[in-house]
Amino acid sequence: MTTGDGVAVRADQVSRYYEMGTAVIRAVDEVTLEIRSGEFVALLGSSGSGKSTLLNLMAGLDRPTGGAIFANGRNLSELSSLELARYRSRTVGMVFQSFNLLPRMTLEENVELPLRLAEVDRGERTARVQEALERVRLEKRLTHRPSELSGGEQQRAALARALVNRPTLLFADEPTGNLDSATGESIMLLLKEIQQKLGMTIVMVTHERPLAERFADRIAALADGKLLTDGVKS
Amino acid sequence: MKPGDLGELALRNLREAVLRNTLTTLGVAVGVASLVAMLSLGVGLQELATKRLSNSGLFDTVIVMPRRNMQTMRRPATPTPVKQAPTLDDGARKTMERLPNVVEVYPQIRFPTEVRYNGSPYSTIVAGVPDSARGNGAYDGIQGRFFSGPNADEAILQIEFAKDLSEQTATLIGKDLVVRYAERQALPPQSGTSDGGGGGGFSIVPREKKLNIVGIIETEPAAGFGGFGSGRLLIPLEVASTLRAAQVNDLRDAVRTTNGKPAYASLTVRAKSPSQVEPIETAIKNMGFGTFSLLDATRSLRLFFTIFDLLLAIFGSLALAVATLGIINTLVMAILERRREIGILKALGAADRDVKQLFFVEAGVMGLFGGVLGVGFGWFIGRALTWATNIYLHRQNLPSAHVFSVPWWLVLGAIAFAVAVSLAAGLYPATRAARLNPVEALRYE
Repeated sequence: MTTGDGVAVRADQVSRYYEMGTAVIRAVDEVTLEIRSGEFVALLGSSGSGKSTLLNLMAGLDRPTGGAIFANGRNLSELSSLELARYRSRTVGMVFQSFNLLPRMTLEENVELPLRLAEVDRGERTARVQEALERVRLEKRLTHRPSELSGGEQQRAALARALVNRPTLLFADEPTGNLDSATGESIMLLLKEIQQKLGMTIVMVTHERPLAERFADRIAALADGKLLTDGVKS
Repeated sequence: MKPGDLGELALRNLREAVLRNTLTTLGVAVGVASLVAMLSLGVGLQELATKRLSNSGLFDTVIVMPRRNMQTMRRPATPTPVKQAPTLDDGARKTMERLPNVVEVYPQIRFPTEVRYNGSPYSTIVAGVPDSARGNGAYDGIQGRFFSGPNADEAILQIEFAKDLSEQTATLIGKDLVVRYAERQALPPQSGTSDGGGGGGFSIVPREKKLNIVGIIETEPAAGFGGFGSGRLLIPLEVASTLRAAQVNDLRDAVRTTNGKPAYASLTVRAKSPSQVEPIETAIKNMGFGTFSLLDATRSLRLFFTIFDLLLAIFGSLALAVATLGIINTLVMAILERRREIGILKALGAADRDVKQLFFVEAGVMGLFGGVLGVGFGWFIGRALTWATNIYLHRQNLPSAHVFSVPWWLVLGAIAFAVAVSLAAGLYPATRAARLNPVEALRYE
């Protein structure tokens, strides 16, 4: 889903400050960034640069202390807690570095969880779970628990979970950070395939420039909470 | 989230920390058991007391007397002429029998006698017992049996009187005794009396009646009203009335105007239930008769047991209050352990409301299981208590008693209370879980 001008998400002079005693940490400092619909954007930066904080703000997990983030044509900071939850449920899919699958649930149950939260009918859920797992080629591991899967498989399962509600925005926070290079590459290929096949907007946080340069359409580099460069990769 | 999904997730979460949640649920169960045991004891004792008193006939009974008889019960400051009052005769008895919710109306027959047993004389009072007393449980603790029929020449002895006759009271059952009494024989009406010759006199003739002893009872049920003290030798009312024995009011009635009709010294009116006593009493008073009942005593008894039950419930609830702390502790621990999971749920689209409801349902499920288990435990405690009490009563040569009662309202009420208390206990942890910042929760290791 986009605003009328083809922009999927727009950060407008957005800031996120944290108070630590008397000190103020400027995790994100007046960043302006526009992500167009269908783009694959990499937020690149070293540890503490503010890239994950910016991603959380765009994903509606956190609220900015200054500026605004627009998605679906609406200012996220003006949404109520319930509306923000609906935005996360219906518009956003999220993938994390540490997969964040629930260990006591099977793969099928993990992938079904967002559908439960979105109150999708039971009858429709099975087909949607099957479809999502086929997309990441894990359809034969329905009954397995996360501990029975490799790291790459777990991340693919997390990707299936992120896709099952058919979001328009996919936010990935260091999706290859816990994987070896070969497995990481396979995940990146999968993300690229999803972007191309589904026309999905993907925003990925990474600190690996080669990966960003190889797979992203655009790289936005951050340091100390500020946007350093924003442009199509060289 | 839909209620079905909420329930499924809550049960799954509870199964994860099965030992801790089971112990917490057991804590609730112990609390509910304590509450159920206390209240069941109160209800049981109340039922026992009410049943005993109800069986005694004290609370569903109205004693009816002519007003002028009642006037003699107190001493007026200045003597006043006795007003013309209705006579307590067969006509009045039939009218009372037709009143709504009246089961039966019968006269109280009590008279002094001399009993001869083994050649020795014993003075005592005979009381007539209606045949309806057979089924109301008042004679449940009888040694021997109730009368074989309403016209049987049989007697039931009060235990103290039986001890006068023989130290081995049990040996009296089956033996015969002779009752000597004064029979009242009506004389033909004389002309020239002030009421126009209506009131005839009577003569007294000594008579004897042989009776077979069939039972021995602790005290005469429904004793003490209308007559003169408790009967120590009980005979069927039908037999007592055929004896036409002279009673205590006879001399007084002989000089009063009764329009020539035989009059009763008093009548006993039995209502269907204690709650019907008041309207019956009012109706009889409106007929011009004096009445007496123990209605106020019933009210006091109910008030006493209401307060008693309330105090028992408060003591019983203490254990449940402790169990409530257990639920809060368990859920707060669960929040700490599942901090990251709460973050994941929120990242996947769970609203604060969903997280809150999830913890609420978990608390409610623990309350529900605890409540059901607790009622079971409470019932078991009650059975054990009744069993132990009856062993003690048996050793004291007392009849067994049901000191414990678990009515349906208590079962459902205790379970509902356990769920309500658990939900209240879950309020703080659920609110705390719902307010967790998803970003901070996701960082939690």
